[in-house]
Amino acid sequence: MYNLIVFLVLLLLGYGVGQYAERRHYRSIIEREGRLNALPAIASRYPPTQPHYRQALVTGSTVISVDYFKRFLAALRNLFGGRVTSYESLLDRARRESLLRMKQQAASMGAAMVFNVKYETASISKGRGNTIGSIEVLAYGTALIEPRGQ
Amino acid sequence: MLISNLELIPGRRVVEHLGLVQGSSVRAKHVGRDIMAGLKNIFGGELKGYTELLQESREEAMQRLQQQAEAVGANAILNVRFSTSSVAQGAAEIYVYGTAVTLE
Repeated sequence: MYNLIVFLVLLLLGYGVGQYAERRHYRSIIEREGRLNALPAIASRYPPTQPHYRQALVTGSTVISVDYFKRFLAALRNLFGGRVTSYESLLDRARRESLLRMKQQAASMGAAMVFNVKYETASISKGRGNTIGSIEVLAYGTALIEPRGQ
Repeated sequence: MLISNLELIPGRRVVEHLGLVQGSSVRAKHVGRDIMAGLKNIFGGELKGYTELLQESREEAMQRLQQQAEAVGANAILNVRFSTSSVAQGAAEIYVYGTAVTLE
């Protein structure tokens, strides 16, 4: 009985706080994405040859954790199979946040664009029963900075 | 030292390839951060402590990469890649590797 109460409280806390945090995070992501839209991130390996841009490696990373409620949903989903939307939004948030941080770093250097953008995802802690606890996403690329004095 | 994840630098020619250079770093958090992370596992959201930790260890790995490149006499590292793996509960390995070259 006691266990059940703890479980329900955790579930409710996870749902309430988790949903609120996610919505707030998405609002902030969309707002910052709008501001950094002028700085394109490109996945091409071949940079433009003219003008001779200066280069610098830029990185952005995020470690983000799933809440108790979503982990419960995912465990249920494991029984029936199908899309695990609760993890999809987690990964989506982590990727977009990492890309934004990378772009912010590039913007602070005065870069014109970021080339050869790559993502690297790793789950850094496993919860009970090998469910995903938290994931790290790293976005990195080469910032091309407009040469000065031309 | 020029570090880039592109394979070529526009306007500069690669004079000499000096082979693969690498750097790695394994770090763990102190218990306080682990407890905070445990709490965050209920509420969800970003684990700032872990983000910082991994960033620090990435910088360390990059330093080692750079040291190795300097040791072989390179002036640039091209095609740099990152890789992360969790080796144990609460510890992660960051691995950086790239090609050391001499640019003219």
